Amino acid sequence: MDLMEYQAKQLFAKHGVAGSAGIVATTAEQARAGAEELGGKVVVKAQVTAGGRGKAGGVKLADGPDEAAARAEEILGMQIKGLTVHRVLIAPTADIAEEYYFSFLVDRANRNYLCIASVEGGVEIEEVARTNSDALAQVSIDPGVGVDEAMAREIVTEARFPAEVAEAAVTMVQQLWRVFIDEDANLVEVNPLARLADDSLEALDGKVTLDANADFRHPEHAEFDDQATADPLEAKARAKGLNYVKLDGSVGIIGNGAGLVMSTLDVVSYAGQEFGGQEPANFLDIGGGASAQVMADGLDIILGDEQVRSVFVNVFGGITACDAVADGIVSALGILGDAATKPLVVRLDGNNVDEGRHILAEAAHPLVTMVDTMDGAARRAAELAAQEPSPAPPPR
Amino acid sequence: MSIFLSADSTVIVQGMTGSEGQKHTRRMLASGTAIVGGVNARKAGTTVDFEGVEQPVFGTVKEAVEATGADVSVVFVPPAFTKDAVLEAIDAGVALVVVITEGVPVHDTAAFFAAAQAAGTTRIVGPNCPGVITPGESNAGIIPANIAGKGRIGLVSKSGTLTYQLMYELRDIGFTTAVGIGGDPIIGTTHIDCLRAFEDDPDTDAVIMVGEIGGDAEERAADFITANVSKPVVGYVAGFTAPEGKTMGHAGAIVSGSSGTAEAKKVALEAAGVRVGKTPSETAQLMREVIEALGVKQG
Repeated sequence: MDLMEYQAKQLFAKHGVAGSAGIVATTAEQARAGAEELGGKVVVKAQVTAGGRGKAGGVKLADGPDEAAARAEEILGMQIKGLTVHRVLIAPTADIAEEYYFSFLVDRANRNYLCIASVEGGVEIEEVARTNSDALAQVSIDPGVGVDEAMAREIVTEARFPAEVAEAAVTMVQQLWRVFIDEDANLVEVNPLARLADDSLEALDGKVTLDANADFRHPEHAEFDDQATADPLEAKARAKGLNYVKLDGSVGIIGNGAGLVMSTLDVVSYAGQEFGGQEPANFLDIGGGASAQVMADGLDIILGDEQVRSVFVNVFGGITACDAVADGIVSALGILGDAATKPLVVRLDGNNVDEGRHILAEAAHPLVTMVDTMDGAARRAAELAAQEPSPAPPPR
Repeated sequence: MSIFLSADSTVIVQGMTGSEGQKHTRRMLASGTAIVGGVNARKAGTTVDFEGVEQPVFGTVKEAVEATGADVSVVFVPPAFTKDAVLEAIDAGVALVVVITEGVPVHDTAAFFAAAQAAGTTRIVGPNCPGVITPGESNAGIIPANIAGKGRIGLVSKSGTLTYQLMYELRDIGFTTAVGIGGDPIIGTTHIDCLRAFEDDPDTDAVIMVGEIGGDAEERAADFITANVSKPVVGYVAGFTAPEGKTMGHAGAIVSGSSGTAEAKKVALEAAGVRVGKTPSETAQLMREVIEALGVKQG
């Protein structure tokens, strides 16, 4: 889960990282009150998980409470990379002398951790990597050893942070390491890490990605889960424990196994080219079980998507037997009753496939078409989606 | 021959007494795996009955290894306890630890992978993977043994169900070993590890590698193939339609900015001479052509 800046800063504050947490506002009036509380000049910052907020006009300076309210009015409701701004952060301005960059992240390639630090901060680090890679220190961290004071010192030296701020940097590196490890983050990034006029350091911005697999250790992280910006269908699916991602197309997808479902989206997209560019409407992995209730929950979510014109159920019976899946589909259609209105193309293969196909044939549900191969079924589902009347303008 | 797992492998199951552990221990036994016991500190000294065969439960991996000489462990324990279970297996010197558990925090995986590297005596497969099968010999994990039999193809895949799908489509040719490496950000065994092992395995004539969006493991595998693999490799990559910034089921399956895209992986693999299928069936068809071109196996 990607956190917003104000959430990242809450975690920074918890671990003693220097820098103002600021005040969160969801209305212009709250922004005015926040600016009054802080006093003086403030910066009003859009809170969305996307980068490039400044370029998009989502970060503005304000010369007092009235101006803060006006800027918040402009920023609230703004769209930044498809995300609606529901809240702004009011933060005090800082007397910045220099801007640095710092991050810890999971290094997938080397299967350990990587620390990236640079005295060239405040800009996109990819840009620094391309134009001035000498200014970038990359230090590998052994997960078996971690970052102690000596390692923090080595990082600060490698990054060539100036001597005047070295001690403050050593402290902050260790604090950010605690954020990374103790909060189970896959990424902790500070950009800019500001050197102020008095040679103190402050985290002026923060980016943290939390590992959802570690949620069981962090019940307190649940509050970061921002339902307000999540897609309503995704929120509903998550409440049912389903692994669902909303997409823009017209062919609803249900399958078992993440890889097979991703593959199904691709195959539908290729097949859809023949039928006016039909695309998958979603990713939905119902996992190994595929019980009637899970199937019904899945169908319910997908049929709740107004863009869906047809549904493709693609199951390979590995551990799951196809007859159990077929029973699940038949019962799910029973549970949904009149709520099921779109044609279903079902492809079953693998374990007990003959029994599974037999069950669907016997049930002879008017909405269900069986196709033996994945490619053929994808084609049929795309064709049906193209034939169904479409109240909304075609997606994309 | 095969890679990582053979008829000589003796296997213990960590988490054998749990419901998933029991179910899959039964299936592994049914497919001929030499399972010699399980581990659960709270049930040490008891046994579990599998169709009339009593499997002993040991208190620690060390005790299990001392008593049975096991060299493989399959781990089914819940995510909160997986790190300790794997560390215990590494300490006991188990040569192959297959971690089936889904939902292991990445810092835990990083810690046990680092410990395995430091010890230098344990290969980890997974976590969040279907395991390793050498058809007709041994099955360490949850890959159904009845999909395909012994043959000439080696398979390495990030995805469980795509592994099953491709094994099914090529069941008439068969497999030396199929390895499900899992789709987490950090995994114990990579595409490259498997490609190297298949290259050295005299019975493997060709390799299928299945990748998906996220990271750059496929790109690095492509470089490895260019430099080190003489056997034909057929590839498949899932996730061409995945949007940027969304995790697609597997924790590691995410396109970040312009990195980790399926297109980039396909381009890299093709540049390394790998034939990449557009769909699983086309991939199976490409492999069929490769095997036909190789002709009847000599010797």
